[in-house]
Amino acid sequence: MTKRTVSRRTLFAGGAATVGVVGGFAAAQAFEGDDQTTSGTASYAFRGAHQSGIVTPAQDRLHFAAFDVTTDSREELIALLQEWTEAAERMMKGGSAGPIGPTEGDSRLPPDDTGEAIGLPPSRLTITFGFGPSLFRDGKGRDRFGIADRKPDVLEDLPHFPADALDPAKSRGDLCIQACADDPQVAVHAIRNLARIGFGTVSVRWSQLGFGRTSSTSTSQETPRNLFGFKDGTANVKAEESSAVKEHVWVGQDDDPKSVWLAGGSYLAARRINMRIETWDRQSLSDQEDLIGRTKDSGAPLSGGDEFSEPDLDLPGRDGPVIPVDSHVAMVHPSANGGARMLRRGYNFVDGNDPLGGLDAGLFFIAFVRDPAEQFIPLQTQMAKSDAMMEYLKFTGSALFAVPPGIGRGEYVGQALFT
Amino acid sequence: MRSRHLALFLPLAMAVPVLASCTENTDTASGDERSIRVVSDADSCEVSATEAPAGTLTFDVSNEDSQVTEFYLLAEDGLRIVGEVENIGQGINDRLTLNVPAGKYITACKPGMKGDGLRADFTVTASDEEVEVAADEKQMIDTANTNYLAYVQDQTDQLLAKTTEFVNLFKSGKDDEARALYADARVHWERIEPVAESFGNLDPLMDLREADVAEGDEWTGWHRIEKDLWPADAKGYEPMTQKQRVHYADDLLKNTKKLDKQVDGDLSFTVDGIANGATGLLEEVASGKVTGEEEAWSHTDLWDFQANVDGARVAFEGVKGLLETKDPELAVTLTKRFDELQKLLDTHKSGDGFVYYEELTEPQVQKLADAVNALSEPLSKLTGALLSRS
Repeated sequence: MTKRTVSRRTLFAGGAATVGVVGGFAAAQAFEGDDQTTSGTASYAFRGAHQSGIVTPAQDRLHFAAFDVTTDSREELIALLQEWTEAAERMMKGGSAGPIGPTEGDSRLPPDDTGEAIGLPPSRLTITFGFGPSLFRDGKGRDRFGIADRKPDVLEDLPHFPADALDPAKSRGDLCIQACADDPQVAVHAIRNLARIGFGTVSVRWSQLGFGRTSSTSTSQETPRNLFGFKDGTANVKAEESSAVKEHVWVGQDDDPKSVWLAGGSYLAARRINMRIETWDRQSLSDQEDLIGRTKDSGAPLSGGDEFSEPDLDLPGRDGPVIPVDSHVAMVHPSANGGARMLRRGYNFVDGNDPLGGLDAGLFFIAFVRDPAEQFIPLQTQMAKSDAMMEYLKFTGSALFAVPPGIGRGEYVGQALFT
Repeated sequence: MRSRHLALFLPLAMAVPVLASCTENTDTASGDERSIRVVSDADSCEVSATEAPAGTLTFDVSNEDSQVTEFYLLAEDGLRIVGEVENIGQGINDRLTLNVPAGKYITACKPGMKGDGLRADFTVTASDEEVEVAADEKQMIDTANTNYLAYVQDQTDQLLAKTTEFVNLFKSGKDDEARALYADARVHWERIEPVAESFGNLDPLMDLREADVAEGDEWTGWHRIEKDLWPADAKGYEPMTQKQRVHYADDLLKNTKKLDKQVDGDLSFTVDGIANGATGLLEEVASGKVTGEEEAWSHTDLWDFQANVDGARVAFEGVKGLLETKDPELAVTLTKRFDELQKLLDTHKSGDGFVYYEELTEPQVQKLADAVNALSEPLSKLTGALLSRS
C-alpha cells in the first residue's frame, strides 16, 4: 500500500495530488484516505449536506475561535464568508489558506499563507462555522445585517446557571469557527489564517485550544478520558446511529419557520469548564467513582456490566441506589432526562496554571443538538443544581451558535441565511 | 466538601475499618497466598482459598449475578463484621483489603443483599507478618468519636450565643459593633462546617456566596448580611431597609438554632467521618479562603482560614493516637505540616485577629496556598490509613 503524501505545497502548485471532492450534496461528508486511524493524509470534503466536524469521527486536537463582526456592512460580511469558504476548502484538502501559497508568491509581499503547515498532510482537518445570537441583533438591539427576522427563537444567550463564574472575555461571540485535526499545528494554522483573512471585518473575541478528544462520535472510536481520569460521553450520539443523529442533531425543515435556512444544520453549545484538579485528585477512588457513577477502570456503570451497559439508576444498594442519585451519570444520562441526547465533541484543555499554581485545566465542552432549549438547557440546569460533581467544576466560558447546513458547489457557508 | 464523606448516624458495624474500592483487578498474582479471589453468584460463593497466613489480606470480589451483592469477612461467631464490601454490581470487581490476625473466620457473599449470605469457614494461620491488634483500638475509636461530638456541640453552642448577639446588633443598627463581631462569630461555624453541610439545606441557607445563588432564588444567611455591613465594594448597592434587616437577621438565627438542635440530638461520628471532615475543611480553605472568595465584602477570609485549620487540627488530633498505631510516619508528616501552616498563618495575625485579605501581597497568598497544598496532600491519605488495617 502506497501512501499518498498530500503536502500543502504540491497541492496548490499542480493539483495533481488533489483528493477528489464529492460533488453536490453527499449524504455524509466524504472521507478521503485509506486508513482513518493512522493516516495523516486522510482528508474530508468541505462541501456536503452537513458541515464537517460534527458527525466526523472526533479528531485529536481542537482550535476553536469566536469572533465579533466589526463591520455593519452586509456585503462585507458575505464577502468574508465567501473568502472563508474558499480558504477552508483549500486547507481541509491540505492546501494553503490563500490561492498562492506560503512561498510561491511575489517576494516583495507577505505570503497569503502563514507557512507553518508546509509539508504537513491534511490530518483530517475539519472547519465548522457557526453564527451567534448577536450576529442577528447586536448588544444595542440593532439588526446590522438585515437577518434579525431569521433568528431562530432558541438561538439566545444561554441563561445564567448556578456556579457559573463566566469570564465575558471567554463567552459569546457573533461567529465561531471550530477547527479540528489530528495535528495541533494544522488546526492552529487554520484558525490563524482564517482570523488573518478576517481582519477588518471581524476580530477574534476569544479562542481555545483543546487536546485529547473527550468524546467518541463514532462506534469505531474508543471512549476517551477526561482530566478527571474517567471515560466521558459513553451515551454520546454516534455517527452510525443515523436515526438518532437525525432526531437529536440536525435541525429539521419544520422546526421553526424563521430558521428554514438552518435545516440540516445544528446548534453548537460551548462551555469552558474548569476542573478543580488538585482537590479532585485527593478524593478516594471509591468517592470518585460514586461522584461519576461509573468505575474508573472500565467505565462500567456502578450497577454492573461493561462500559456500554445501560446504567440501572434504580438498582437498590445498601443505602439507596448503587449508582448514587446525585452522581453525574444519574443526573445527565438520557434515561433520567426524557431521552434527551446530544452529540458531544469536547476536548481537554490545560491553559497553564492559575495564579496560585493550580492547573488552569478542564473540559472545553462542545455539544451539537437539534434544539438547545430541549436538549441542553434542562440538562445543564439539572446538573448545576444537583450533580455532586459540580463541587469540582467551575464554568468560566459559555456560548451558543447556530451551525448552518453544508453547502453545494459554488455556494458559500451560510449562504441560505443571506438569500 | 461532600456530605457523603461524613458518615453520620451509622450503625456500629459500619465503624469497623475496611478499605474498599471498585477496581477491575483481574491479574491478582496467583502465587500470592494473601490474595484471595471471590466469585459471587446467585447461589454460590466461590472463595479461592480456605486459609491464608495472617497479615494484610486482599479479597478480590467479582459479581456474576444480576443482583447487587456484598461480601463479608465475619468473626468466628458469625456476627461480628471484620470487614465488608457493599454495592457490587454485576460484572464489577471490588476489593477488600484488611489486616487479619490468626484465627477462625467466616466468609459470606450476600447476593441480593438479603439473608445470612452464602457462608464458608475461613482460617487465618499464624505468620511472621502478623500484627497485633491494639487491644485498646476500640476504646481509642470510641474516645475519638465522643471527643469530637463534644467539640462539635461546644462550637454550635458558642455559634448560637454569638449569632444571637450579632443579629441583635445588626437589627438595632449598631453596625460598628456588628462588624466587630462578624468574623469572630463565624469562626465557630467555619470550624465545623462539614458537619453543618451534612444537614442538607442548612449550609446554603446560612452560608451561600452571592456568586452561587441560582437565578430566581432568595439569597440569605451570613454573606447577605455581610454585604449590607460592608457595602464599600458593592457597586450601586441598595442598603437594606429595617424590615429587611429584621427578616435576614431572624432567618439566620432561626437556622442557627436548627443546627444547634440537630447537633444536640441523636448524633454520632465514625473515625472515617472525622478524618473526612478534616480533609473537607482543608478543601474549604483551598477553594474559598486562600483565594479570598469567601468574604467578598468584609475580607475577613483569614479568620475563616484559621477556623477551618482549627477544626481540621482538632479532628486530626482526635484520631492521631489511632493513626500512630497504623501509619506513624503519616502522623509525623501531618503534625509537621499542620505546624508549618500555623506558623505561616501566625505571621498574618494582627491584634486579636488577622490582617484583611486584600492587605496580603501576591507572594504571601502564594505561600499560604503552597502550605495548604503541602498539608492537604498527605491529609487526603488519613482516612485510608485509619481504615486500612483492623
